[in-house]
Amino acid sequence: MTERQQRIEAGRDAPWVGFRTLLYKEVLRFWKVAFQTVMAPVLNAVLFLLIFSHVLDRHVTVYGDIAYTTFLVPGLVMMSLLQNAFANSSSSLIQSKITGNIIFVLLPPLSYREFYAAYVIASILRGLFVGLGVLLISVPFVEFHMAHPLWVLTFAVLGGAILSSLGVIAGIWADKFDQLAAFQNFLIMPLTMLSGVFYSIHSLPPLWQDVSHANPFFFMIDGFRYGFFGQSDVSPWLSLGVVSGCFVLLATLTLAMLARGYKLRA
Amino acid sequence: MAVPAIRISSVTKQYGRLQALGGVSLEIAQGEFFGLLGPNGAGKTTLISALAGLVRADGGTLEVMGHDVVSDYRNARRSLGVVPQELVFDPFFTVRELLRIQSGYFGMRHNDDWIDEILASLDLTTKASSNMRSLSGGMKRRVLVAQALVHRPPVIVLDEPTAGVDVELRQGLWQFVRKLNTDGHTIVLTTHYLEEAETLCGRIAMLKGGKVVALDTTQNLLNRFATHSLRVRVTNRAVALELGGRAVEGNWVEFAFEAFADVEQLLARLREGHADVTEMALGEPDLERVFIEVMHRD
Repeated sequence: MTERQQRIEAGRDAPWVGFRTLLYKEVLRFWKVAFQTVMAPVLNAVLFLLIFSHVLDRHVTVYGDIAYTTFLVPGLVMMSLLQNAFANSSSSLIQSKITGNIIFVLLPPLSYREFYAAYVIASILRGLFVGLGVLLISVPFVEFHMAHPLWVLTFAVLGGAILSSLGVIAGIWADKFDQLAAFQNFLIMPLTMLSGVFYSIHSLPPLWQDVSHANPFFFMIDGFRYGFFGQSDVSPWLSLGVVSGCFVLLATLTLAMLARGYKLRA
Repeated sequence: MAVPAIRISSVTKQYGRLQALGGVSLEIAQGEFFGLLGPNGAGKTTLISALAGLVRADGGTLEVMGHDVVSDYRNARRSLGVVPQELVFDPFFTVRELLRIQSGYFGMRHNDDWIDEILASLDLTTKASSNMRSLSGGMKRRVLVAQALVHRPPVIVLDEPTAGVDVELRQGLWQFVRKLNTDGHTIVLTTHYLEEAETLCGRIAMLKGGKVVALDTTQNLLNRFATHSLRVRVTNRAVALELGGRAVEGNWVEFAFEAFADVEQLLARLREGHADVTEMALGEPDLERVFIEVMHRD
């Protein structure tokens, strides 16, 4: 029996065990504090829903006859999903870097692709948990059905993957928590808020409609919303193209950073 | 001939203008207890980090059990267990969870029997279900050792494992590490406690400014560099100091000598100068002297 076969017999070298363990650890990390990482964002989204629906529901309709609260829910779901996907990978990495326990992930024989995939998938899962939580808690407030569930799932996963990748980049780049906060407050938050979560861009002046088209978050939310209503501000195929392109670009950039060992393997 | 546990060839590393490693080469045979010594900033941790894949060397090659740390990093890392210098831990998990997770990173499932064995050896069994945050510093240090051993690596690197550790834990730790060495593990130790290195290590490399300035068996280093010492209490200290002695305390003066024949001459000259010797003690060469001599040689 060769040395490698002996290792496989002994349980070592079983395919993907390292990757699956890192994924499991990352999921367990946020699940152990689910009150903070899942419940709190759901509560935030519900507060948005209650306030905006109370103020605007009787005054605004979108896409002809869709009530404002019904329009708002998919936007809130996606916004929560995106923000939490980003928060998961970025906070996990910066905490590990600052406390020094990142060493336990860097010493084992994990490839940079496994590293990337584990952090991104765990963050997508957290985003999906939060998004699902917001969706379920909205059920008593709105009546809607999903026109195209596959589009909903596609944009949820792709959007989550984009923000998770951004989280990996930010978590690796930032040396201090305030740098990460700056990334979140000056980039992620404005792009999310100005992406049409709370409004249809058709309600904006032409100039701001054009500006919105330069915001990839707009395409994530518009495509996601298409899955619910079968209507959107732009073609869902265009949104899918933009979102897929962004994901490929960010995944390539993140993988290149990890392959170089940027700030991790100096 | 067996593959060396560690082979380091002409390794260089530059941080900006600072040369952390300037062409380090050394080989460590399987089963050795090897000491890596040097003052702060000598490059010890950089060298260990390069070996563990935490730092990328600018030039040269590093191998663990014949596996290149870059091109065959998976096998190199499987062969190496590192106990880091800092007390780092993941606050989300219990001791057992951490060890299971660490096993999984190395591709090992169903590793509980070995985990139980390590926990027992390190006197951690009762803490297996405790969260890392609740452990004392000494306990956390033991968990770091357990994490380094969880994948049964043939080569173990301990980077200043006893820094800030109380005497009892230090003794227990060395007893455990000695047993690992007896069982066939190769041990590489960096420490500032030279007494520990002298007692434990069969061979030693000394680093200074990113270069190896001494590499030999501990005994050869002691024989080659260190002089014996003679401490005398004299009635006339001034005479003893004139003869090249070093003031210690009270009327004690210390002389360094290489051959025992020199002692007789020295005592005769003290007598001639009316400096009577009332007490005296001979000192064996120790690694601290060797270290100081080597570091001040160039």
